[in-house]
Amino acid sequence: MNQTISRRAFLKGGLAAAAGVAASGVPGVKTAMGSDGSGHLATLIDIRKCIGCEACVEACNDANLHKYPEPRKPFPKMYPSRVKVSDWSEKRNEIERLTPYNWLFIQHATVAVDGKEIELTIPRRCMHCVNPPCVKLCPWGAGKQMKNGISKIDADICLGGSKCKDVCPWDIPQRQTGVGLYLKLMPSLAGNGVMFKCDRCYDRLARGETPACIETCPEQVQSIGPREEILAKAHALARETNGYIYGETENGGTNTIYVSPVPFEELNKAIAKGDGKPHLEPVHDAMAEANNLTAAMLIAPVAGVAAAAFKFMKNMSKQD
Amino acid sequence: MTRIRETEGKARPSRLVSYLYIPTLFILALTGFGQMPIYNRYYLSDIPGLGWLAYYYVTRNIHYIAAAVLLGLIFYGLFDFLFSQRRRLRLTKSGILRAALLAGIVVSGALIVVKNFPYAYFSDGFIIGLDIFHIAAVMSFLLTNLVCLLGKMRWTAAR
Repeated sequence: MNQTISRRAFLKGGLAAAAGVAASGVPGVKTAMGSDGSGHLATLIDIRKCIGCEACVEACNDANLHKYPEPRKPFPKMYPSRVKVSDWSEKRNEIERLTPYNWLFIQHATVAVDGKEIELTIPRRCMHCVNPPCVKLCPWGAGKQMKNGISKIDADICLGGSKCKDVCPWDIPQRQTGVGLYLKLMPSLAGNGVMFKCDRCYDRLARGETPACIETCPEQVQSIGPREEILAKAHALARETNGYIYGETENGGTNTIYVSPVPFEELNKAIAKGDGKPHLEPVHDAMAEANNLTAAMLIAPVAGVAAAAFKFMKNMSKQD
Repeated sequence: MTRIRETEGKARPSRLVSYLYIPTLFILALTGFGQMPIYNRYYLSDIPGLGWLAYYYVTRNIHYIAAAVLLGLIFYGLFDFLFSQRRRLRLTKSGILRAALLAGIVVSGALIVVKNFPYAYFSDGFIIGLDIFHIAAVMSFLLTNLVCLLGKMRWTAAR
């Protein structure tokens, strides 16, 4: 940890200016800024370039500090007893996993590339799915998707039921108890705080800036732009480097595209996984099953009308 | 389909519709409430045989299937009324109220289904209103049905 901090301090002092200049030259950033907002913006994460310096983690924390929860304590007594509080307010410096106070962290994987063992570092945060279950299945509309593809949670109305985390294939959103609307309703019986996750610096984007993690990165690991352009870029990069792509088709498609020099199956085996530490497994389209059932909803009324008409015709023929 | 049975001007739906309607409503209500994080919290999914209620994707799929069945029944009932019963029967006040609530549930439910497709965008306020309206209409419908059941009020009466 000390090594990390000193490295980050070094980067903060020595490379910040260079990073700012570099970010402005990242291909795709200008395109993103010029986007009319009609399409999704995606990010490309070139894993080869990441040095694990955690400058992005620190930038994310700095940029989003004003969005972090300030819970009211003591927490309301929860009923029934199986409902546990989730309190990260005393562990705000935890950066080795996702928490309500840390929306981006670096995963480490030791893998073999061309016969050599190397350590790869992978920035992990919300994937910003094209059709995000966390948003679409939120029972109260607290999850929101912007037209540029950003999914975010409205901390003012989220009740902290954690459904978004349960339906997220990567279990990304993290709960903080003792904050939010539930305190004004029935805090002991319903709700349990607010869910937090990366909102891809939607406010910075709205001001014409890039997300903090992208802007700060001294290695230009990430780039942002219209999804089609980012996908084309990812495929070109994968071809050029014999690399592998993750995020293009996972969960029906996401707006976070990783390119890795090793198969994601190997990366997934090598990373630490668990609560707040998302996997890199293949993910089927979680929303598709029910959406496909919509066909039955279109057929059913026709069948109902046909049955009624059949009965009517049958009765008519009997009367004749 | 079985024939409508009439008793002193009061219509009863066909047997198949009767058999399907109440269970379909029950499954829709059960799985619909299951879209909120309550069954696990309040131990309902701990009841043997009800563990599936804790899985949102399972309850969502079943909700969609049951919604398709309900739509089939509604359209059968509506067009059966229009084709065969309209001249003999009229909707009672409680029937009109229930039909209106059912229409509200169907329309709001259909909009939620549309919302769940990729690239489908409604405004934030509209989605919140839609969710609240859907559940409020369901609860009103269930309450109205309970009152009608206790008061032996029918959907239709003889003209």
